[in-house]
Amino acid sequence: MNTIETLKKFIVDNFLFGQSGKLNENTHLFEKGIVDSTGVLELASFIEENFNIKINDEELVLDNFSSLNAMDKFLQSKNIQVTSN
Amino acid sequence: MCGISGILNLKNPASINTDHLRRMTFALRHRGPDETGAYIDDWVGLAQSRLSIIDLSGGSQPIHNEDKTFWIVFNGEIFNYPEIRESLIKLGHKFYTTSDTEVILHLYEEKKERCLDDLNGQFAFVIWDSVKKEFFAARDRVGILPFFYKTENEKLLFASEAKAIIEISDSSTSFDPIGLDQIFTFWTNLPGRTAFKNINELAPGHYLKFSPGKDISVSRYWSLPYNKNLLSEEKSIPEFTSEISDLMKDSIRIRLRADVPVGSYLSGGLDSSGITAFVKNYFNNELRTFGITFQEESFDESEFQHLMIKHLNTNHSEVHATNEDIGKYFSDIVYYGEKPIIRAAPVPLYLLSKKVREEGYKVVLTGEGADEIFGGYNIFKETKVRKFWSVDPTSQLRPKLLQKLYPYIFKDKRLVQTLQAFFKLGIEDSNNSFFSHIVRWNNNTRLKNFFSNDFKEQIGDYNAYDDLKSILPKDFDSWDYVYKAQYLEIITFMSGYLLSSQGDRMAMANSVELRVPYLDHRIIEYMATVPSRFKIRGLNEKYLLKKVFNNLLPQRIVNRAKNPYRAPIRNSFLNNKSLDLKTVLSEKEISYAGVFNPDKVNLLMKKAERTEALSELDNMALAGIISTQFLHNDFINHKKLNVPDNYRFNTFIDKRNQIN
Repeated sequence: MNTIETLKKFIVDNFLFGQSGKLNENTHLFEKGIVDSTGVLELASFIEENFNIKINDEELVLDNFSSLNAMDKFLQSKNIQVTSN
Repeated sequence: MCGISGILNLKNPASINTDHLRRMTFALRHRGPDETGAYIDDWVGLAQSRLSIIDLSGGSQPIHNEDKTFWIVFNGEIFNYPEIRESLIKLGHKFYTTSDTEVILHLYEEKKERCLDDLNGQFAFVIWDSVKKEFFAARDRVGILPFFYKTENEKLLFASEAKAIIEISDSSTSFDPIGLDQIFTFWTNLPGRTAFKNINELAPGHYLKFSPGKDISVSRYWSLPYNKNLLSEEKSIPEFTSEISDLMKDSIRIRLRADVPVGSYLSGGLDSSGITAFVKNYFNNELRTFGITFQEESFDESEFQHLMIKHLNTNHSEVHATNEDIGKYFSDIVYYGEKPIIRAAPVPLYLLSKKVREEGYKVVLTGEGADEIFGGYNIFKETKVRKFWSVDPTSQLRPKLLQKLYPYIFKDKRLVQTLQAFFKLGIEDSNNSFFSHIVRWNNNTRLKNFFSNDFKEQIGDYNAYDDLKSILPKDFDSWDYVYKAQYLEIITFMSGYLLSSQGDRMAMANSVELRVPYLDHRIIEYMATVPSRFKIRGLNEKYLLKKVFNNLLPQRIVNRAKNPYRAPIRNSFLNNKSLDLKTVLSEKEISYAGVFNPDKVNLLMKKAERTEALSELDNMALAGIISTQFLHNDFINHKKLNVPDNYRFNTFIDKRNQIN
């Protein structure tokens, strides 16, 4: 599974309880009420465990988690940071 | 307090089934264990099970007027009955009891439905004019006491609790998809509806009339008197404080009227502490108090409770709510509450009323309503902050007030940014009628994702927000935003949940009557004239009430941060040896009830098992689903009660074939 598929599966299992419905890569997870404020922490800890990265406090902003695409982009930027270091 | 029930023929005189009256009364026996009575003629059967509080020996119901043409069954208390009685005697009325019940009847003779204007109390009653064949039922102003009804086969069935109607109904009972949609949006039904199809609740502040040849009519006699033209802009804080203090004193004074001793709940919060201090200081130095402590520390307030006990030196009893007990008694509170519930908080109140009863008390004062009437809830302050923020949505400073408001939510610094973003949702639409509640309700709405496809189809395109909008007062949008928030909170949460699921139902389950001094209509009406800025000063909630109690309570109680009353859900339900969740939430049971999607429920259950710190929403989903399943088992899959043959009415007035 690629990044988006992995994230999508987690969201579908954990927040939508199996119903993928209209969730696509650009669905706004917060405006659509799929993920709430505590859900962001669930999401962040899943990402940290699964992708083996550390998310800094200042990165915990909605923009980084607002959609599957946004998270994918965020993870890419993290990977770039990791490799460039 | 009591349970009332009955049957009315809507078309023609016809035999009333006395066994049905007996079954209805039996279904409500917890509301009135002391005695039972019934009146029956060719049109109507009225039944009552009584919890004797006023005129213990003489107040047996049904009660009649001088010439036995009017009959009444009554659940509740009229606290100003001695004064009304005096004035009725002057008008020539003759009384054969000293009960408040008889006072209502004679007042009705005088004033018909306008009698309701004079009643200060909590009530649901039915009056039958056997000559004119007029049936009149009414419910108190804010819905402290319940009243349900259903029409079928040219009959009206009515009762204090829906279970009595379900017990004798010819048609099977099913969930009302719209009723459930409302509950999973607002935590309760909108006024008038219930969780069950074709069973209605008489809305607070309404009465119902019927006479043969006419339709049943339901009319409003009182509404929350919020109107910006009535605001007292000129008064000073000391004037407000002194007038509220006088009203509170009188409200409590008349609520201590009873022929049995009256106790008080004491949580350690401002509201119950204030009432207790008033009683102790002005009326009864021997006050008996009752409170709850929790096994889980984050829910427990015993530190403040004990501070108050010491301060007032009351004779206090407490129940300790363990997680095990909260899970164990959850099915009981659903049976008594009769609606899906997304909180476990009613259980400790059920355990508390049990304790009260065991200690020999039947009546307690409670602090319900203070937050709604005096502006105590965080949601009012949150509205204020969001309103302030909406003026400059780009401000970095304005949203920081939210952290002051919800220190317990914001304690995880990593969440600050995202939490703020959530509170920002909808902020640009600050004139929206539901600005105060929309974040909360939209969040609740996510619970509906658990509904099965079939159930969603039954709900169709029904929109609970539109429905609520349609019952708002015409000038609602011109009101001050705090008043708007108060109004929404009162007609949804307070009447439908707080006074019912956590109030009357939990107390009456153990035959205990609650009395709520803050909801004296004189106080509600007075507080409607107080401009919002005096209710919440800055972010200081219930400002005037704190002033009223300032000299009577320890400063730690007056100034403490408000702690919402809650009970643990996940930790009470999981691994509970008295609650077999595997069966309750099995695919078979979920599919059988048909409300929820079994696969989703299964995934939720798995998530709950592996996640100790379950999110608020998942906790609510867990309670909502489990309670709906219990409700299905109790009332949809209903089995008739086993009524003992020797269960008979103590008083039975038979007027069949006598009246034409």
